[in-house]
Amino acid sequence: MPRTARDVVFVDGVRTPFGKAGKGLYAETRADDLVVRVIRELLRRNPGLPPERVDEVAIAATTQIGDQGLTIGRSAALLAGLPRSVPGYAIDRMCAGAMTAVTTSGAGIAFGAYDVVIAGGVEHMGRHPMGEGVDPNPRFLSEKLVDPSALVMGNTAENLHDRYPTITKERADAYAVRSQEKVAKAYADGKIQPDLVEMLVRSAEQGYGLATADEPPRPGTTLEALASLKTPFRPHGRVTAGNSAGLNDGATGAIIAAEEVAAELGLNAPMRLIDFSFAGVEPEVMGVGPVPATEKLLARQGLTMDDIGLIEINEAFAVQVLAFLEHFGIADDDARVNPWGGAIALGHPLASSGVRLMMQLARLFAERTDVRYGLTTMCVGMGMGGTVLWENTNWEGNAK
Amino acid sequence: MSSPIEQARALFGDEIVTKALARDVELPYGAGTAVLVTLDNGHDHTKPNTFGPGGLLALGEAIDAAVARTDIAAICVTGKPFIFAVGADLNGVPKIRTREQAHAIGKLGHDVFRKLGETDIPTFAFVNGAAMGGGVEVALHCRYRTISSGVPAVALPETFLGLVPGWGGTYLLPNLIGAEKALKVIIENPLAQNRTLKGPQAFELGIADAMFEPADFVEESLRWAARVVKGEVVVERPEVDRGEAWDQAVGNARFLVEGKLHGAAPAPVRALDLVAAAKDRTRDEAFAAEDEALADLLMSDELKAGLYAFDLSQKRGRRPVGAPDKSLARKVTKVGVVGAGLMAGQLALLFARRLEVPVVMTDLDQERLDRGVGHVHGEIDRLLAKGRVSPDKANRLKALVTGSLSYEAFSDADFVIEAVFERMDVKQEVFAKVEQHVSPEAILATNTSSLSITEMASGLAHPERVVGFHFFNPVAVLPLLEIIRGEKTDDAALATAFATAKGLKKTAVLVKDAPAFVVNRLLTLFMGEVLAAVEEGTAPEVADRAVAPLGLPMPPLLLLQLVGPAVALHVSETLHAAFPDRFTVSEQHRRLVEAGRTAVFGPDFQIDPEVRALFEGGDKPSSEEEILERALTALAREIQIMLDEGVVAEAADIDLCLITGAGWPFHLGGITPYLDRSGISEKVNGKLFHPDGPKAL
Repeated sequence: MPRTARDVVFVDGVRTPFGKAGKGLYAETRADDLVVRVIRELLRRNPGLPPERVDEVAIAATTQIGDQGLTIGRSAALLAGLPRSVPGYAIDRMCAGAMTAVTTSGAGIAFGAYDVVIAGGVEHMGRHPMGEGVDPNPRFLSEKLVDPSALVMGNTAENLHDRYPTITKERADAYAVRSQEKVAKAYADGKIQPDLVEMLVRSAEQGYGLATADEPPRPGTTLEALASLKTPFRPHGRVTAGNSAGLNDGATGAIIAAEEVAAELGLNAPMRLIDFSFAGVEPEVMGVGPVPATEKLLARQGLTMDDIGLIEINEAFAVQVLAFLEHFGIADDDARVNPWGGAIALGHPLASSGVRLMMQLARLFAERTDVRYGLTTMCVGMGMGGTVLWENTNWEGNAK
Repeated sequence: MSSPIEQARALFGDEIVTKALARDVELPYGAGTAVLVTLDNGHDHTKPNTFGPGGLLALGEAIDAAVARTDIAAICVTGKPFIFAVGADLNGVPKIRTREQAHAIGKLGHDVFRKLGETDIPTFAFVNGAAMGGGVEVALHCRYRTISSGVPAVALPETFLGLVPGWGGTYLLPNLIGAEKALKVIIENPLAQNRTLKGPQAFELGIADAMFEPADFVEESLRWAARVVKGEVVVERPEVDRGEAWDQAVGNARFLVEGKLHGAAPAPVRALDLVAAAKDRTRDEAFAAEDEALADLLMSDELKAGLYAFDLSQKRGRRPVGAPDKSLARKVTKVGVVGAGLMAGQLALLFARRLEVPVVMTDLDQERLDRGVGHVHGEIDRLLAKGRVSPDKANRLKALVTGSLSYEAFSDADFVIEAVFERMDVKQEVFAKVEQHVSPEAILATNTSSLSITEMASGLAHPERVVGFHFFNPVAVLPLLEIIRGEKTDDAALATAFATAKGLKKTAVLVKDAPAFVVNRLLTLFMGEVLAAVEEGTAPEVADRAVAPLGLPMPPLLLLQLVGPAVALHVSETLHAAFPDRFTVSEQHRRLVEAGRTAVFGPDFQIDPEVRALFEGGDKPSSEEEILERALTALAREIQIMLDEGVVAEAADIDLCLITGAGWPFHLGGITPYLDRSGISEKVNGKLFHPDGPKAL
């Protein structure tokens, strides 16, 4: 029987405030509890969606052990009180985990296997430091499949500076300062808060508290202050804590649905999933991943960067954003790029970030009805990039 | 001279202080800043939050600090994970020496908690977990309450122990939800084996204004509080009926208390008086009256007995004194039950439900066997119909309980219990036959209520594997299991018996192989004194009523009916044979059995006229007082003899047996604390059972 692909829409996204790993907000709060809170809030905000209509819960985590283990999509669904008939699974593509949760389950919707899914990600980097429990195959090094530096993300960022000599530490720092400024302004304008769900935080010493805002941003960060920071990955290097995302805890989630089902249930659908692409690059320069992923995607869709009105790019490292911009001939301060700032200020709890990019893009689309297409894109450890192309359902061109 | 509060603090020197951890939180919807107070004693949920003087003072300081601020929109109180607070710290209570100290503790609770109800800042309790006694009262003092639908227990159990909910409970609760519902919580539930409410039930009663699911309970409570603060949610509570309904509810509860306790325990009556008066009192008057009640009751013998009994059931009951090291216990993977009668059926169901291992019943003919197994399967269906087990679980249990006409089916059983006719030769023959089929290590247990374990084991090749395993009827309800060691019983068999008892969730007490063990010996003696009075010419109603001042769960003649006159007679005869000078057999009791009577009372709860005729005779009636004294004297003497004989290790075991096997009340502490305090011990034995006051361990 011939099969027709269905249109897929992003309905709504929610996230916990992001915390600093270690002694931060969530030091004594479990990762799965963060996911549960997000799932419940998504359902509360979308009362038109009967919980039993959720066909899948896809939750990403990079380190799938402890409170991020036990097939977190399924266990979080049970803990969130979804009907037992709703299945779930765990997914991993390191930093692009939540992005992959959306693209994979979204593809399932297009295929006709699902009507509605909840897709998201979590990373509690305090409870699960990067690389916890990993056991790289010795062949990686013995056969020189990858350089030792490929496994340390900061080193790959330094490598990327080598590949793009024009991207200096000063440019990276300037980008970082702008990211902090944009986030501070977005907060002041109330742009970020709607994405957040307040989260109870446990502290045996201080009692319960409530996380209501992101912990990582450092408003008022100056170039001078950044210039003085250490470069932990190389002596006299370029990558610092100031021009990279920190180590963070947080969870994100989104409702993704077939467009016709969203309409049936009366769900809002601010953007349409047009296409996505993942690409591999040399692991030593994983930060360049978004470049081929985006090239592939634009080529397939017959679009150019000029057709793209908004770009939400993850800021694992300033250099990695700048490499992308330089490749596509976009100015460092182009207004299309991360208008409300990015991960350098907000934080990057690895597998959760992909959906944060999407929820910000969805809100930007709602304000910018003049924009038709937007991208969410990110680099991925072990040398990958992922890009998703979205169409603004409220694009004013539709009205004509 | 230190203040009474300082003295009280000193008494609770080793108090695990529940801290009041205060932290600012930003309320949603721009409702302002709230102070969120977390009650946390620094331990996990196995050591719940309690309030001693230190904890009260800490909470008071936290509230004072919050109340003094002008920048906050609300004060919210919640508990640590899984626990809100479970009430007063009772560990220091036995150390209270003066009424002044007791009064100070009561007043301190009020002084702290009432701050929550008397500040202009809106106060909220978020009842996130178990809440009892003072924990519930903290919440009641707050202006608003939310409760988690996952809360396992909400209760005001004070009257069960011998106190009143006197930190505001008797005033605030009836004024919140009305007297009828309040008395259900304050009186009815504690007197019904200390029943507790689940979160949704507490919400239904109106104890909380809003209920949220446990997954994000505090977050949603804070959202709700924010909307209350902003005026977006207006809390509406049903008007409390302060008219006749109030008095009538009090009257009904008074009838219940009187019917159950006959004035034997002061606490429920005191609580009733406080609730009755709460209708018209001001807060100050009501709280002052509660302080007085607490001061009186904290000093009362009934409370000391209640705390002793509570400790017995919680501590001694879980760590049986004299049990061999549990590492000696052998695994029980299959159970045999000899017999397919009613008792055998109860045992088979209990073993299958608790141990979840195959249970084979045997009987002499197929028809009886089918009926026996069918009865157990029917009971499982009833559990299924009531939703107590799932369909899968019911299938599993039914598959576990099977029948066999041959003892061959016991060949791989590790534990075989007999519940056949109560005659030595019958039981000996059963064990001899079973022994031919089971392994040499398989436990042979007997549910005999009065026969000698040693004698029963005497003809066996392996007498060391025989233990007494004496349950109490109804098996599913009464927790006690008397475990009897025969002369040759070895440690491994005994350890296996105790481990099995634990698996069955029973309260096991080690008892020496002595006639009728503990509970039946004492109940038979006690009932025998009442029957002797009847035989001498006392009207049966008078004799039956004579022991009512003790507040026992049922009068002696009703107990006789429940046990069955024939069974009771059999035990009487056994005990008479063993101790002819102390145990008599009532001629009328014999007549009753010979007449084939199975009941003493008619359907109208009056003594059946035909039974009355059988009770005729005698010309030396006694007064109620005389009968009571005589019954207690007999008990005191017998218990001392049992202790001297080493039937159990200590008086505490006697009390534990009576509480868990006969339902004897907490306010008597079983019985020995009561015998001590009423002067009977001294008079009969020349000494107290507890020279330093009752101690559970």
